[in-house]
Amino acid sequence: MRTGAKLRSSSNIRSSQAGHMFKRGLMVGFPIMLGYIPIALTYGVLARQSGMSLLELTLMSVLVFAGASQFMGANMIAVGAGAVEIVIATFILNFRHFVMNLSFMNQLRNIPLKWKAPLSLGLTDETFAVSALHSEEAKKEKGVYFYAAIILVAYLSWVLGSLVGGLLGDIIPHALSQSMGIALYAMFIGLLVPSVKKNIKVGLIAIIAMLLNALCVQLGMSSGWAIVVGTIIGALSGIYLLKEEEA
Amino acid sequence: MTTILIIIGMSIATMVPRLVPAFVMEKIQLRPWLNRALLAVPYAALGALIFPGIMKVVPEQPIIGIVGGLVAVLLAYFGLNVVLVVVGAIITVLLLTM
Repeated sequence: MRTGAKLRSSSNIRSSQAGHMFKRGLMVGFPIMLGYIPIALTYGVLARQSGMSLLELTLMSVLVFAGASQFMGANMIAVGAGAVEIVIATFILNFRHFVMNLSFMNQLRNIPLKWKAPLSLGLTDETFAVSALHSEEAKKEKGVYFYAAIILVAYLSWVLGSLVGGLLGDIIPHALSQSMGIALYAMFIGLLVPSVKKNIKVGLIAIIAMLLNALCVQLGMSSGWAIVVGTIIGALSGIYLLKEEEA
Repeated sequence: MTTILIIIGMSIATMVPRLVPAFVMEKIQLRPWLNRALLAVPYAALGALIFPGIMKVVPEQPIIGIVGGLVAVLLAYFGLNVVLVVVGAIITVLLLTM
């Protein structure tokens, strides 16, 4: 099969393979869009209310592309917090992406750095979750287009959603936008459950991370650090739990 | 103007943790145990991202997030596509908050 794929290397077939991968990425990334749009709209409204201009709030989405940090940033700007304080808080809140991207970059070992660098910049909790649970594409030809498409869907939904939110204000009824708050959690569950069905130990890793995260929150840790601790210790349990899986 | 500077600072603060692993992983080969830990990261991250955050969907009624999550688990267990799992959970929360 693999040599067959290599032989069909006319540029025509290669570009259609890229197109195929890209389309698959768009489809797989669609649930992220469903989850991002209501949050981005809410961010746009909130940032506008906290005194940011339309340009500033959209620029923040373009350059920062991190939901939780942007909500926090807009709030801190509104209360007149210092720039250094805001930047440090952002770094702490996003440190979990360091851990996630170590894993994602390990998955993308066969992909050249010129691709890995821009893909890294598009890493969020959601793009990571979807990409990491579709690891088989990393080994396929033109698989990079698959991941690029997932990130592009997420990025465009986020940027355009915040622009529209800043422009039009609350356009989704509160009851609906509140209900759509479950979308990303449901997506995480929808990604996790099939893996647990295949290998129950994966579910154990997730539960360990959940409980540790909850414990850290109970102990008064900020949610950013609690997720980091839960993820790292959960992942360390994988050293033992995933032992037999390795061929 | 200050706001723009804050945004640029935030941009750098989010880029660094995202970008460093791309260069780190280019350089090093992993011991098998460390490789297993990184293979486990997605599942651990999913766990930590789902709980306890899901209880804040309707902050004053944590049970609604839990029920929505359980519906999602059920739909996913029966093999439904992720989009349908998401839509099912949204409808559940909508019905519970009406």
